[in-house]
Amino acid sequence: MAPSVTAVLRIAREHVDAMIAHAREDHPDEACGVVVGPEGSDVPTRLLRMINAERSPTFFRFEPQEQFALYKEMSTTGEEIVVVYHSHTSTEAYPSRTDISLASEPQAHYVIVSTAESGASEGSVSVRSFRILDGGVTEEEIDITE
Amino acid sequence: MSVEVRIPTILRTYTGGQKAVHGDGATLQEVLNDIDARNPGLKDRIVEAETLRRFVNVYVNDEDVRFSGGLSAPTADGDVVVVLPAVAGG
Repeated sequence: MAPSVTAVLRIAREHVDAMIAHAREDHPDEACGVVVGPEGSDVPTRLLRMINAERSPTFFRFEPQEQFALYKEMSTTGEEIVVVYHSHTSTEAYPSRTDISLASEPQAHYVIVSTAESGASEGSVSVRSFRILDGGVTEEEIDITE
Repeated sequence: MSVEVRIPTILRTYTGGQKAVHGDGATLQEVLNDIDARNPGLKDRIVEAETLRRFVNVYVNDEDVRFSGGLSAPTADGDVVVVLPAVAGG
């Protein structure tokens, strides 16, 4: 029986604001990062910006050494990646084919922030969340907690 | 079976859900061949045309094998190999 997929991302407003701020700061390059939480909890607890080793307006990749250090840290703290976020700087906040083919964290919520409309300035920004499993994309609601 | 290979969640379908498997070999390539014999299909997710796949990072005792010989990276008793798929996209 396939595991059930939670259809909602519950996340604190401060984390959503932080992801948007990061995306605006790095525009026109894609920004990326994670929100980690206790293993198995599905509760995003602490946000960590990650370096985009590609420094590209169309691609992101976690710096391998930084990703490895995060992995080691999480194994000592009993945490896991709950959210992987990145920004799209000229396209909609929807997973690209590359996003889908490279999605490697099956338990994660994939949040995409699009800065296509307002770039680095305050203004319209799009934030959407998805589960990406076995090459399939399912959009989910974002329930922002205060 | 002296080299521990830690398996990321996304590849545990090849190991029956196990988080780590053990293998023997003097190089990373030998170890991967060895564990693939008991977990068919696993190696193909890490290696393509006898080179490490681009978006998979592999560490032997905390060292990125891209700096220590790739598939020829030496392995020995008690070593720990970590397979970490890159987090990337576009």
